[in-house]
Amino acid sequence: MSLASQSLSSLRRQLTAGNITSRDIVQDTIEQISARDGEIKAFLSHDPETALAEAEKADLSLPLGGLPIGIKDNINVRNHPCSCASKFLEGAYHSPYDATAVIKLRAAGAIPFGRLNLDEFAMGSSTENSALQITQNPKAPGHIPGGSSGGSAAAVAGDLISAALGSDTGGSIRQPASHCGVVGLKPSYGRVSRYGLVAFGSSLDQIGPLTRTVEDSALLLNALAGGDLRDSTSLDDDVPDYTEGLENGVAGMKLGLPKEYFTDGIDAGVRARVEKAAADLEAQGAEIIEISLPHTEYAVATYYIIAPAEASSNLSRFDGIRYGNRSSEADDILSVYQKSREEGFGSEVKRRIILGTYVLSSGYYDAYYSRALKVRTLIRRDFEEAFEKVDAILTPVTPETAPKIGAAAGDPLKHYLADIFTISANLAGNCGISVPLEPIDGKPVGLQILGPHLGEKTILRTARAVEALGS
Amino acid sequence: MADQTIDVRYVAKLARIDLSEDEITRFGEQLGTIMTHIDKLSEVDIEGIEATSHATQLSNKVRKDEPVGGLKPEDFLQNAPDQAKGQLRVPKVVDA
Repeated sequence: MSLASQSLSSLRRQLTAGNITSRDIVQDTIEQISARDGEIKAFLSHDPETALAEAEKADLSLPLGGLPIGIKDNINVRNHPCSCASKFLEGAYHSPYDATAVIKLRAAGAIPFGRLNLDEFAMGSSTENSALQITQNPKAPGHIPGGSSGGSAAAVAGDLISAALGSDTGGSIRQPASHCGVVGLKPSYGRVSRYGLVAFGSSLDQIGPLTRTVEDSALLLNALAGGDLRDSTSLDDDVPDYTEGLENGVAGMKLGLPKEYFTDGIDAGVRARVEKAAADLEAQGAEIIEISLPHTEYAVATYYIIAPAEASSNLSRFDGIRYGNRSSEADDILSVYQKSREEGFGSEVKRRIILGTYVLSSGYYDAYYSRALKVRTLIRRDFEEAFEKVDAILTPVTPETAPKIGAAAGDPLKHYLADIFTISANLAGNCGISVPLEPIDGKPVGLQILGPHLGEKTILRTARAVEALGS
Repeated sequence: MADQTIDVRYVAKLARIDLSEDEITRFGEQLGTIMTHIDKLSEVDIEGIEATSHATQLSNKVRKDEPVGGLKPEDFLQNAPDQAKGQLRVPKVVDA
């Protein structure tokens, strides 16, 4: 069993026992990538020398001492490239600083390792929108790994590295985790600093871990969580030990099944898996309660106003002046903007900027953007009311298992509608986790566990109970 | 709600992106379909509902107004497409 295929907690035990070194782990990760990432294409790049040098200096007394963690290519790591899988930045940008999440990983002893593929600027749910390469689902070759953190999910699922960071604006950690059969956690809005995460939808974005086990997810959240002066949306609330109480089980817990999530649009096999998981948790002493989230049907429409609106504003920084591509065709300041952006951005990014600019434009702002913010309030209230009745909510992550690569090409609305089960948590600011269930014909399926704001301990404990069912 | 035809050429100008004729046509069709779905929101009764622009109820968070270390100018400029004398260089903006 290769070191890169093991969990962080298992590697940690071997490291502290002196059976292996950090260098062994990093060396194995490099070898696994070299042997198999030519097929998977999860990593955009990695820097073996720096990682090996950092392994030599690893402080094993720290909670993540000597453990390499893969980094999605929209999170800044000092002196490493950060392309966001976009031609706009590819080969033209090296981070002058570490993101706070990376500073915190380093403070916990971890080694930030490599740059992982994503949908360009995290816009997409298949990683097919990467301008640089197409990532395969290691558990189902020929199928998408999900996205936008598809490289992160594929690297962990493909046994290239034990864990990785992703970012989640509308499901971009949970959905690829589900499609690849790994654990993906989106923390509550504000739990993890986004300083150094390339901004997409600033009222929605969160950084979180993709791991092989629930315990590893908790270990990484311990390192990542906490307030940050550099992110005014980060929360200063106390950070509990998320690994504590993981094994407490679900006896006495109230778990909700929202009826709006079990409609005709969901694949029968996926539905059966989720219902079986609920029944298994009930057998362990949880009370399963049918609940209603009545505004669910408006979530996609609300999200696809708010997220593109915020993106159109955030991506105005890519102007050809400060960094990245500057068109050689441009001859005045306006054409520097227009041509640099035309050349640098791919179709999905342009489409979302146009959509976002439109809903914010004079004459349409009230009809679309203002209205969406109010419907967002109704979606948030649905969850607040539900969490008065239940401790956590169980849902599918996606309506179907991973589709074939290219299956939804040219039909953006089809892609958007598949986000239905994940985007509400971002709109409401709640936490959510995807944990693997038994695959269907070899294709992974995830269970989504949603918790209230700052309810990470509850969903981790529930996820651990689900994980224990399968082992 | 307003009609679903987006004047892509005009919006692209607002967004400072040049688009090809093919993109203008394609985006027009795709965004029309998306806006038709988005028009579902017109069914929702939002009378008296306040807006949520932010998922947490944080108020302004300020730090002490004291200088702290930051990036050096050369760190900022290392990724600049064009620079001179420690500054970003752009095409002439104002006529003499």
